[in-house]
Amino acid sequence: MSLDTTNVDGTGGPVAGLTSWLGWFRPQRRREWVELGGIVLTALLGVSMVGYILLDWLRFAPEWAVIGPYADLLFSQFIVAGMWMDHYLGTNVFSHPFMWRAIATGVLIGIVAPLVGTYLVHRQMALIGETLAHTAFAGVAVGLLFIALTGWTGSLLFVALIVSALGAIGLQWLTDRTNTYGDVPIAIVLSGSFAVGTLLISWGRDFTSLAIDIEGFLFGSLAIVTAEGARLVAALSVVVVVLVALNYKQLLFITFDEQAARVARLDVDRYNTLLIVMTAVVVVGAMQILGVILVAAMLVVPVATASQVAESFRETLFLSILFGQLSVLGGLAFAISASLPPGGSIVVIAIGFYLLSIAASGRSTAISMH
Amino acid sequence: MSSVVTVEDVSFAYGEKAAVEGISLSIESGDFLGLIGPNGSGKTTLLHLMLGLKRPDSGSVTLFGDPIDEFDDGERIGYVSQRSTDRGSTMPVTVREVVTMGRFAHVGRSPLGTDDHEIVDEALETVEITDLADRRINQLSGGQRQRTFIARALASEADLLALDEPTVGVDAESRERFYGMLDDLNRQGITIILIEHDIDILTKHVDTVACINRELYHHGDTVSFLESEALSKAYGAAHGVIEHDHP
Repeated sequence: MSLDTTNVDGTGGPVAGLTSWLGWFRPQRRREWVELGGIVLTALLGVSMVGYILLDWLRFAPEWAVIGPYADLLFSQFIVAGMWMDHYLGTNVFSHPFMWRAIATGVLIGIVAPLVGTYLVHRQMALIGETLAHTAFAGVAVGLLFIALTGWTGSLLFVALIVSALGAIGLQWLTDRTNTYGDVPIAIVLSGSFAVGTLLISWGRDFTSLAIDIEGFLFGSLAIVTAEGARLVAALSVVVVVLVALNYKQLLFITFDEQAARVARLDVDRYNTLLIVMTAVVVVGAMQILGVILVAAMLVVPVATASQVAESFRETLFLSILFGQLSVLGGLAFAISASLPPGGSIVVIAIGFYLLSIAASGRSTAISMH
Repeated sequence: MSSVVTVEDVSFAYGEKAAVEGISLSIESGDFLGLIGPNGSGKTTLLHLMLGLKRPDSGSVTLFGDPIDEFDDGERIGYVSQRSTDRGSTMPVTVREVVTMGRFAHVGRSPLGTDDHEIVDEALETVEITDLADRRINQLSGGQRQRTFIARALASEADLLALDEPTVGVDAESRERFYGMLDDLNRQGITIILIEHDIDILTKHVDTVACINRELYHHGDTVSFLESEALSKAYGAAHGVIEHDHP
């Protein structure tokens, strides 16, 4: 392995400028450039999906906003392109706006879930995602009741988001004050919030007509992705990516050596809260596609795969996102073509990558072994 | 000479169990202090109190002249704990990434600049691990790992190094070399606080010793410590630690 430190000489020129902008990324080997290329492609895909969701929203903009007709025009061009795709691929998928919504949601989740998951897994907090998914389920139940009782027309997922974020903060509070092992409060909150969820749903059935696909939320479904749900995922994806980009270094330091980070006077508690709230937000978004029960897999499996083969933390982060994205795209393709639930398909493919990475790396440092 | 750390009548208890009681001492700039005492004597607790990782139940601590609660020049301290290396055994992180963490307190949210990378390169060179910079840290020997953490402290341009049993699991030769390196750094003016269970090797390198077992038994230069009875008092009758040979 060669060490080349000469490419940070700051001698100007576009390449040096790019390298300097990339900060300590400093790609040196072909493999690293390939990964960077993959990340750029994924980012472009993500941006275009956010663009689609934005157009889908803006085409219904009020008249005074002027933009509506233009958005509508672009949107219909997008759907026309989808028809051509269907024509050439012999499919019946890309001409339907609701399918694009589901695909866009999947693509964005395939970026942000492994992004947040990389920190979670290496902080040994992998099960937090599972717990917060159960909290989000309670949130869905609360939202259903709230909507049924008040006639509120807002988004169900928005209520789930708030409940899940509160659950995240509550869980951290409980962990800080509990006198037992760290995973005990996690187990309690996990089963506790699911218990509350089932009670609320059963109770609500008695006096309201709950026309909601509970199974869709449990196992994930393309059909439950609403325009509102997709918008929520688009917004939270942008926020999460920006937050991680801004706090990459601090989160890495805390993940690697929390005590030293405290001594360096980093506000560890604040970053912990940030990480756990970001997780709650990602989980609520991912729940639509993956379902409550499978959502944690997207936070954990791509990261485990990447950690098998990566040489550095930065590479782990990149590869997690790439493996996450490939799992989502492959899983969606399989689910759509075989008419099976997307959650299970995505997770099975992700685990396939994980097994391959173990075979390929031949390393004995699998995360699960410690 | 100015005080780097001042501890005044500090006590700390875990629930009912007192870990540190009424300890006062002051560490001057340029000191190389060895903190010794039997297992469970409160050495790590005292170090945590000095660094602000724990708040004292009573008494006060100042760091670089500031009361510990107001101290915010985190980059002035390089800290290597026993736990520092834990995560490295599974987390994929390179030597360079670990050393670069030393710059994080300096740059905050801004990206690292060319000068930051230069400082990291220098730190790697100082501890002679430049050729290992792109290795995953779990591929290193214990000694190489410890030097990585020292390099992180150097990259933060710390004035104070706080090391909690840094050579656990490190072979004798690497340990000698490691302590030689600490001597060099101390000569360059860096203040060092070192917890080390091996009293033989400790007294060979440090210039002051604080011997504690819940209370402070001795604080003074190494020669006066070896002549005093602090060791046998702190360790009780069954010490004998100082005579044995090391592997």
